Amino acid sequence: MKTLAIVGSSLAGLSAARAARAEGFDGRLLMIGDEVHRPYDRPPLSKDFLAGKVGQETLSLEDPTEDLSAEWMLGERAVALDAGERAVVLANGQRVAADGVVIATGSTARTLPQFEGLENVYTLRTLDDAVALREELRPGARLLVLGAGLIGAEVASTALAAGVEVTLLGGPRVPLTRSVGAHMGAVLAGLHAAHGVTFIQNAVLESVRSEGARLLSVGLSDGRVVEADAVLVAVGGEAATAWLEGSGVATADGVICDDHGRTRVPGVVAVGDCAAWEDQHLGRHHRHGHWNSALTQPARAIKALLGTPDPQPVATLPYFWSDQYGIRIQFSGHAELADRVEIEEGDLSTHTFLAAYYRGEQPIGLLSSGQPRLFGKRRRQLERSLAAQTFTFS
Amino acid sequence: MSSETDQMMRVCPLSQLARGDAMRLETRPPIALFHTEEGELFAIDDTCTHQDASLADGYVEGCEVECPLHASKFDLRTGKVDAPPAKLPVRVHTVEVLDGDIYLKESEEEPNLPPGITVDGHV
Ligand SMILES: Cc1cc2nc3c(=O)[nH]c(=O)nc-3n(C[C@H](O)[C@H](O)[C@H](O)COP(=O)(O)OP(=O)(O)OC[C@H]3O[C@@H](n4cnc5c(N)ncnc54)[C@H](O)[C@@H]3O)c2cc1C
Ligand code: FES
Repeated sequence: MKTLAIVGSSLAGLSAARAARAEGFDGRLLMIGDEVHRPYDRPPLSKDFLAGKVGQETLSLEDPTEDLSAEWMLGERAVALDAGERAVVLANGQRVAADGVVIATGSTARTLPQFEGLENVYTLRTLDDAVALREELRPGARLLVLGAGLIGAEVASTALAAGVEVTLLGGPRVPLTRSVGAHMGAVLAGLHAAHGVTFIQNAVLESVRSEGARLLSVGLSDGRVVEADAVLVAVGGEAATAWLEGSGVATADGVICDDHGRTRVPGVVAVGDCAAWEDQHLGRHHRHGHWNSALTQPARAIKALLGTPDPQPVATLPYFWSDQYGIRIQFSGHAELADRVEIEEGDLSTHTFLAAYYRGEQPIGLLSSGQPRLFGKRRRQLERSLAAQTFTFS
Repeated sequence: MSSETDQMMRVCPLSQLARGDAMRLETRPPIALFHTEEGELFAIDDTCTHQDASLADGYVEGCEVECPLHASKFDLRTGKVDAPPAKLPVRVHTVEVLDGDIYLKESEEEPNLPPGITVDGHV
């Protein structure tokens, strides 16, 4: 392989570049990314960076001492993949030919059509988004957050600490049901009201009142009117895969890959937030959408791409952390496979606990709230125990 | 007391730190003390240089500790980063055992604390 093109220059793309060099790839390494910024870390965008505690310079993912000898093509958007000729087509018309392609285009924040054209309505995915939203977090300002998933919850917590009056709207389902299950999702959602955020569960947006390009308030189906100076729409993300249409690379919720990240087009792999790898335990494809997978998947995908696949791939367990109201939350495993959850340390009322998820006798997940040490130990055990179970739980 | 230990601070009896265990000392900044499965003692800065996580909560394998938050790895002997996202090393402190007690001498180098963190914790 002489030329490797990596599309998407963020955590997954950078990790792929590092993995390629670590595997001894000494050809041309092309880093294509539509953001003008060099790779930066997103998690602080809803935490310390949004709070103004750390600056942009701390977000860099690169190490000044590392030399990847890559050719950076930043501010360039890929609009198509020509699988037959294995070329990435850029928005400026340029065709970038490569022997191997890594798809690492991540995901984008979903928007709501009701808010189109309103200038005080935000989403949060990029550094530029965070810089804009940060301007709104003035003491006494009123922020409305739509969606109580991880990003909505973190922004609510950060804004509250900045002296902002926060209203958080949850949807019909208990927040985080998909990630941690309904029972624990409800426990975590309890943090909002406990800290002084107005949390409205099952809120259905009925109307939007605006003046010119400024939103003034929203009306809910229960008759409530919520006035706001700014709105954050945090209703989930979508894999950034539209540019792959017509390429032969299959996409559903993410790029469909085997458990090495290989797409059905030879020489093309996908990693990180945009990728839905086959998961042996779930028995389906699964897009994690978490930082840790963007960090770890590329090593395996690059090995497969360079022709030396890992002989015994073990499904990487989804892992994420989240910081809310000064509490560190960590989860690993598959909540959806559990038939019961046990609180094995601490207690729910103080929000310091370790919860273990089981399917029959098989441990299948772990949730920690402020118990990082215990979580770390148990997470290893869980990984080992699940690695030994190569069957599908169904 | 021997001349080697007179600038050192006594931490605790060795018997209080079992093999495979770690403890966090509330120094400024905090220090993590490890007793490995192999029976070696190591002391490094407790706060990861990447973000705010306690390395005493990390996972030790051989002479490496893995950060519990984002899996950066640090060499317990040198403090060097073996795996990102951390970029800067942690300081290594001198540990000795005398008459069954653990003694520690803090490094005189400047600590590499993560952004937004001071020796006393959060800014
Ligand atoms: C505010 C925020 C907070 C988060 N907090 C946490 C957390 O606490 N814990 C956790 O586990 N995870 C967290 N995450 C998730 C984590 O950041 C992501 O999982 C991670 O960034 C995924 O990396 P990636 O490289 O796959 O995708 P991304 O980081 O999304 O990068 C994809 C890159 O590809 C570019 N791109 C997209 N399409 C194209 C195209 N057609 N051509 C060229 N370039 C393109 C994008 O602009 C982007 O730069 C958070 C995310 C956000 C936004
Ligand atoms: S805090 Fe240690 S690796 Fe991020």
